[in-house]
Amino acid sequence: MRIKDKLWAMMFIGLFSLTVLVPPAFAEASAEAAVSGHAWWFWPIILFIVTFIMGILAVLGGVGGGVLYVPIISGFFPFHLDFVRGTGLLVALSGALAAGPGLLKMNLASLRLAIPVALIASTCAIIGAMIGLALPTNIVQIALGATIIGICILMLTAKKSTVPDVPQADRLSSALRICGVYQEASTGEIIDWKVHRTPLGLALFVLIGVMAGMFGLGAGWANVPVLNLLMGAPLKISVATSKFLLSITDTSAAWIYMNKGCVIPMMVVPSLVGIMFGSFVGVRLLKIAKPTFIRWMVIAILAFAGIKALSKGLGF
Amino acid sequence: MDEKTNTLLKASPEQLLYAKILEKGMYFGLLILFITFGLYTFGILDPYIPLDKVSEYWSYNVHEYLGHAEIKAGWAWLGMVKYGDFINFIGIAMLAGVTIFCYAAIIPTLLKNKDTVYAIIAVLEVIILGAAASGLLAVGH
Repeated sequence: MRIKDKLWAMMFIGLFSLTVLVPPAFAEASAEAAVSGHAWWFWPIILFIVTFIMGILAVLGGVGGGVLYVPIISGFFPFHLDFVRGTGLLVALSGALAAGPGLLKMNLASLRLAIPVALIASTCAIIGAMIGLALPTNIVQIALGATIIGICILMLTAKKSTVPDVPQADRLSSALRICGVYQEASTGEIIDWKVHRTPLGLALFVLIGVMAGMFGLGAGWANVPVLNLLMGAPLKISVATSKFLLSITDTSAAWIYMNKGCVIPMMVVPSLVGIMFGSFVGVRLLKIAKPTFIRWMVIAILAFAGIKALSKGLGF
Repeated sequence: MDEKTNTLLKASPEQLLYAKILEKGMYFGLLILFITFGLYTFGILDPYIPLDKVSEYWSYNVHEYLGHAEIKAGWAWLGMVKYGDFINFIGIAMLAGVTIFCYAAIIPTLLKNKDTVYAIIAVLEVIILGAAASGLLAVGH
């Protein structure tokens, strides 16, 4: 292993340790904090540091901030799951709002593809949020743990197709005129895309919406495989449309959590700023980082957080 | 590259309009959020829950939190924006609400283009997001 590789490995092991090992230490300190009376800024600063690291890892690992935020913060911090889900949705929403306009202007995110999908996903996210808030916390925590472990398996096994072969558009997508053209920047090739299996894809967004609302997760991990592998949208269109889609899906669920009272500004703002700054740094590191290694690390962190959520829900 | 392909490569007018409103709403919402958070944390506006007491509440579930802090759910925060913590909800509501304005803005363009199905879907989306924002769809533990 070259010195440069060793430095990278050390840096990411350090980041991993900070993300996974530091929060439990602070969580243990939380009881002490309540008694010994830490200054009020103690927790917001810790939240900012951890979400900053999360923002870097999310970009480098190719996942949304929301999917890292909810399991890690609910597993290792003293905040109740109700507030973590409300904040997680706002974190995912902010990321989507920041990226959405640019992706729409570049015509990488397709409004035509997003509008019908968003109607189903956002309606179901409301239902998911209502279910999530009505269920006992330990049940939600167990389901969250199982979902996170499922996401890890999906990340390990799901393939991606740059430009899937779609022999013929189905009748629904033809009627809705869901198609488009984009130019692949790396090759200059003009790609004429259309989608198929639209009814099945829309049906899956029922499930994706419910899960996004119930757990406060962004749903990019599920949106992209459905849009790309099932419906046959090119990978770039799928990733961009998925990111934009979160701005609609998470909006609907976020309102349910907000109206229920699950938003504490002292948690929201440091988390939001931390993830945003981390994402800026992550984008710069992306040029020199090793994506495969980081992706493995993100999967490991998620799996650990998933197991922690399961054990917390089961009362171990 | 022919003219037709060149046109197809560009985003549609409704997509550009949506992007423009989304961008402005996002920047404005974030700006308001950062300003109000500054007012809160620098003590320029007194908070409803004192800063050193916030950590006592966030380990409760939301029902207990509302009960202990004597806070009403829903849009009751509008009547409490004089407090440093509740003024932050203005920026949060802007970020959560900008999508509704984006959808409402593209409806006339869709109707003008005789894109009736998409116009109906956009109207439905405004109704759904409006219902979620209204606080009528409240549930609890």
